Amino acid sequence: MTETLQRKDYLSGQEPRWCVGCGDYGVLKGFTAALAQLELPRENIVIVSGIGCSSRFPHYCSTYGFHGIHGRAPAIATGVKLARPELSVWVVTGDGDGLSIGGNHFLHLMRRNPNINVILLNNRIYGLTKGQISPTSPTGAKTKSTPFGSVDRPVNPIQLAIACGATFAARIPDTDNKMITEVLKAAHNHKGVSFVEVLQSCEIFNNQAWTKVNKKSERAEHTILLQHGEPLIWGNNRDKGFRFNGFDLEAVNLDDPSVDENDLVRHDAHASDPTLALKLAILDFGVSPYPLGIFRQVEEPVYEEAVWTLDRTIHSVQGASTIHDLLRAGETWTVESGSEKQAIP
Amino acid sequence: MGVSDDRKPISLEPSPASTSPSDHPTELDVTTIRFAGDSGDGMQLLGTRFANTSAIHGEDVITLAEYPSEIRAPAGTLAGVSGFQMSIGPQDVFTSGDVVDVLVAMNPAALKANDNLVREGGIIIANADSFIPKNLEKAGYDRNPLETDELAAYQLFPVEISRLTATALQEFDVPRAQVERSKNFFALGLISWLFNMPLDNSLTWIRQKFAGDEGVILANSQALDAGSKYGESNELFKTNYVIKKPEKSRQPGTYRYLSGNSAVALGLITASQLAGLHLFLGSYPITPASEILHELSRHKEFPITTFQAEDEIAAIGAALGASFAGSLATTTTSGPGMALKTEFIGLAVSAELPLVIVNVMRGGPSTGMPTKMEQADLYQALWSRPGEAPLVVLAAKSPKDCFHTAVEAARLALLYMTPVIMLSDGYIANGSEPWRIPEIDELPPIDVQHHSDASTFQPYARDPERLARPWAPPGSPGMEHRVGGLEKQDGSGQIDQDPENHQRMTYLRAEKIRRVAQEIPPLEIEGDESAELLIIGWGSSYGAIARAVMHQNKLGHPVAAVHLRHLNPFPSNLEEILKRFPRRVVVENNDGQLWTKIRAEYLLDAERLNKIKGTPFKIREIEDKIEAMLAGGA
Repeated sequence: MTETLQRKDYLSGQEPRWCVGCGDYGVLKGFTAALAQLELPRENIVIVSGIGCSSRFPHYCSTYGFHGIHGRAPAIATGVKLARPELSVWVVTGDGDGLSIGGNHFLHLMRRNPNINVILLNNRIYGLTKGQISPTSPTGAKTKSTPFGSVDRPVNPIQLAIACGATFAARIPDTDNKMITEVLKAAHNHKGVSFVEVLQSCEIFNNQAWTKVNKKSERAEHTILLQHGEPLIWGNNRDKGFRFNGFDLEAVNLDDPSVDENDLVRHDAHASDPTLALKLAILDFGVSPYPLGIFRQVEEPVYEEAVWTLDRTIHSVQGASTIHDLLRAGETWTVESGSEKQAIP
Repeated sequence: MGVSDDRKPISLEPSPASTSPSDHPTELDVTTIRFAGDSGDGMQLLGTRFANTSAIHGEDVITLAEYPSEIRAPAGTLAGVSGFQMSIGPQDVFTSGDVVDVLVAMNPAALKANDNLVREGGIIIANADSFIPKNLEKAGYDRNPLETDELAAYQLFPVEISRLTATALQEFDVPRAQVERSKNFFALGLISWLFNMPLDNSLTWIRQKFAGDEGVILANSQALDAGSKYGESNELFKTNYVIKKPEKSRQPGTYRYLSGNSAVALGLITASQLAGLHLFLGSYPITPASEILHELSRHKEFPITTFQAEDEIAAIGAALGASFAGSLATTTTSGPGMALKTEFIGLAVSAELPLVIVNVMRGGPSTGMPTKMEQADLYQALWSRPGEAPLVVLAAKSPKDCFHTAVEAARLALLYMTPVIMLSDGYIANGSEPWRIPEIDELPPIDVQHHSDASTFQPYARDPERLARPWAPPGSPGMEHRVGGLEKQDGSGQIDQDPENHQRMTYLRAEKIRRVAQEIPPLEIEGDESAELLIIGWGSSYGAIARAVMHQNKLGHPVAAVHLRHLNPFPSNLEEILKRFPRRVVVENNDGQLWTKIRAEYLLDAERLNKIKGTPFKIREIEDKIEAMLAGGA
């Protein structure tokens, strides 16, 4: 007897302790909707997190969960996945947790390519510790720890993930439930590591972080939606596009009669060469539209599958053994009852 | 016939009846041999092979590997000297020896660094070919010590090992570099002859080790044979030796030769099989623990996953994740790695998940002395976590005891749902000894089951006897739950910051660890139970303490000893034993860490003997302390 689970069946019932208006609510909603649509059994899902507002996530879901320590969720998740490859493993992290204290683990999670889905809620601020710069805060950000403006240069999560070898990299806003659900479903279905950056607002400490993305009135003009195989077009009137000029992406106006729409760059998320994905990743507000959607989605060997395949192959050659044989492997000798020294060469 | 450990010189003089060496070898009791050379000279291999041959031949053996932390320190210098020491004897060999009876020195630096360890009248075999001006200068010799009377106190045998190896291989067209590499096999052949050991075992080993490379097999086998023949046919040595027959026969059974690090690996595999669980190791390379990672990585005939992580933190993090997922999980490291793992160990305490953490201790603080032994991580094991975070701490006392301690560490971790720290150290990790292999039914059962009844499941409900919480890995419907480092409500495991609940949970976690004492067999007293003086030790000092007490008792001096495997919690009868002895001394390779805990726990005073030199205790050092205390001083 299997009952179809509804979205709310994936909620634990524990009341989220996020601030009113926090972007995390939308992500929780979109995430649980994705689980329901994927019809994943709750007992086969493990959500692992670190420390921070985003890392409270496991407590609010009715799945297995491990609320770890600061920055180390990728390590725990890798252990879970290696031990039990059949489980659906999700890491929920933030810009501080995932890219600052956990930066080293982030690199190695991406390069190993286990079938783990990473959701990074990027609000460009430390919220739980009440407002200090994070590694994604823009230069000049005035916070409690940088009262005169930060001099740090921010890291770009998508660029970093792709540089580390991510085989799936996507960016979504926290206000678009449908897009959250669709991209998280694609992340789940991707074989290998999936990195999803959520542009998320911290109502209390950084509510202006993503206004150009989150305000529906601004989004079309300031963002570009990446769709595999489709030309790179954006704008309120879908009147702007990108074409190649040498190695550069050149913004052009489609109203310009000299521009041929066939010359526009078509997004190719499946290209094994990450150059286009990286060029899109470094587009920033002010001079360009900010890309949303799936930057990159390529197939590479999956870590835990490679580990288990190798182990099984060697096992099939070596055969099974017993403690008795294990302890007696190599050079041994026996002492018979009553004898003193008896050598067995 | 003396015992070298007693500092009575053994007689290395030929027995009166001796005509030809091999016919009438001189009998020896416990004898200490040391091989020393450049770190590239293959001294560890030479020593290991000779120790292995001795063990298979039926001798009792304990070894000590001493090598520089550099892979190849500058050739010919004192910094680059690598040493391998071993004691062999008919029985009761508990240490690698206080003083050296036979030294094999492959170059002047090896002689310079080690001649002070050799007993007066002891044998020094030196590779005369390497005593050339350049090497003498590097070692700091003004004149060639083989040609002066500097070594007159010893029986000196200069042997042209390099030239003789080259001569032996002349007809086989062996490349010059290989000739150089084969000279340690010449030395092995010579020392095998000197101690009347057969060559078959070494020949078999050479064939297996270098299988597929006939040139190397030929060169090494010929060099080995040439070394042995040189000893036999040359008039240089007036006699050769044989280890006495033991007074009591060994326990019947199958034996093998085993190092501490291998023993840990075998113990962990055995425990996983006894428990019927997948074994997961998360580790990061670190001296002197890496061999455990290497050993476990080879055994694909069992369900084992080894994960070389990006750092020490990820190594334990992945292990804890695997534990949550239902595996017997373990992580292996040394002191600096332990420091990095601290936060995760605290999480394991809070999440109440089983985890075996092996710390192969080395000299500290910080990077310290990576290849030297020390016992200075006890405080770290006991107390180095934020908050009230008690856990189980065990220590192995010898290479073979690493096996049994690892099995027990896993057993306690699984039965009590707790992290367990197992302490080993560089001495026993790299040291080896013969081990009677236990039969399966001699091993403790590990009866552990994942929780299966969803209707009764509460993640922090407790088994009334042990206070362990249920273990419900993912995949079980109806038992979905969350664990983590935030304080949890007793029973339900929900996040809870209630003050009363926090104090109750703190006491529950502490009481659970206290109850581990019910699994610990009563501590046994060794030596003279009617004595007034008690030696208290833990870890790798066992051999030296046991020999010291045995010998002092033989001399009629009343002294007893206890040796602790269980450092937290202590065995239940420790307090009662301590109170029976008015004078106590805690012997440790640190500045008094167990001493602190004993005084804190029982308000009983004790004296202490501490050695912090990167080398294990000599038997004599402990006997000196005993004699001083018995004489009324300290």
